[in-house]
Amino acid sequence: MDSEDSSVQRRPSRKSVAFTDEKLVVDADGSVTMVASPTDEIKETAQSHSAPTTTTDAQDAAAAPAADDGLDLSLMKKKKKKVKKDEDAADAADEAAPAEGDGAIDLTMKKKKKKKVAKEDDEFAKKLEALNLEGKEGEEAAPEEDEQDGDMDQGTGIWAHDETKTITYNPLLSRFFALLSQKNPDHASTGTRSYKIPPPQCLREGNKKTIFANLPEICKRMKRADEHVTSYLFAELGTSGSVDGSRRLVIKGRFQQKQIENVLRTYIIEYVTCKTCRSPNTELSKGENRLYFITCNSCGSRRSVQAIKTGFSAQVGKRRKMQG
Amino acid sequence: MSIENLKTYDPFAEADEEDSGQTKQTQEYIHIRIQQRNGRKTLTTVQGIPKKFDAKKILKVVKKEFACNGTIIGDEDSKMGDVIQLQGDQRAKIKDFLTNKDEGLGLDAKTIKVHGF
Repeated sequence: MDSEDSSVQRRPSRKSVAFTDEKLVVDADGSVTMVASPTDEIKETAQSHSAPTTTTDAQDAAAAPAADDGLDLSLMKKKKKKVKKDEDAADAADEAAPAEGDGAIDLTMKKKKKKKVAKEDDEFAKKLEALNLEGKEGEEAAPEEDEQDGDMDQGTGIWAHDETKTITYNPLLSRFFALLSQKNPDHASTGTRSYKIPPPQCLREGNKKTIFANLPEICKRMKRADEHVTSYLFAELGTSGSVDGSRRLVIKGRFQQKQIENVLRTYIIEYVTCKTCRSPNTELSKGENRLYFITCNSCGSRRSVQAIKTGFSAQVGKRRKMQG
Repeated sequence: MSIENLKTYDPFAEADEEDSGQTKQTQEYIHIRIQQRNGRKTLTTVQGIPKKFDAKKILKVVKKEFACNGTIIGDEDSKMGDVIQLQGDQRAKIKDFLTNKDEGLGLDAKTIKVHGF
């Protein structure tokens, strides 16, 4: 997945880095809700995973293209043809399971959601959510698998200490994930929760300058040096600027908050998140011979990152002074 | 007569070569940048188009297709090579063009880096 990430880096559809403002979520029935965290959406996408076993095959077939969907949309035009084909396949799968009305509805909902959620939920999180949900829906699912119920916390039913019946795979797996999230909540939450930084505050100074007010705060949150972030911003925006008395950044040129947000997002993807475990808990340090290294604090991996290069910048405005 | 086995294979040299290959690849990135001009105007610059393509011809096609003007800036002193500069924000279009197999250059999307907001 990471290799594809790098190819579609700069697409707005990618929401792996969210800014703390609440998300507007439009449900399939048209109701609009404000969701503070993306967990709710993920649960809904995961719903189909906990559906009766007969539908899972068809749904899985449909689920894969739907997931592709989110990716491909952000790719090139010519990929669209392929996407359409995939959607057809999904539709076919849809029709293949007409008996389960519930499943069909789930699918359509899911497709819509998928596009919005993009791919912030990695495999692990998805599984976890699905299983959590399964646990909650235990009451409904009970009649189907009547011999496999019981409260694992109280040790009743199949979870009783002296129970001799073999426990099937799924309850065991759900118990594992439930215990995992119970015992170390921070570990379980890293997959689902997207990395959040305070939204950048942009003010206009005069007509041609933008003030980026809360840069120190954001840098503190990302554990990066102000200078590093600043130089990246300047290189990407193709401008220059300075830091004023109260440590605010003054950027030459007009920029909106959204634009700064995009640049920060790419910065985080490139210089903050660990490529191995996707954790933002990393440190940037200058290694030997002028190379910068990112060391992950949660998984211990270490990788080198590219130095910030300004590259070509066209000369704008006044003409360059003639040589000689 | 040569003995195949005696062709020593030096693991370190290999690793080194691979390394340099990688750095070369990173240098081969095509950078698409955007730059602000006065008002709402912008410039798009494309840097690092492979030498096998003729920048002049690309520019001619692109100018017609995107309906914009543009120029080639050759920097002899710096190592950036020819830079195509287009008027307006043509980042998405030029990326499409560079990756399009039928009407464009058919380059790999992974070698293209889009900068800017």
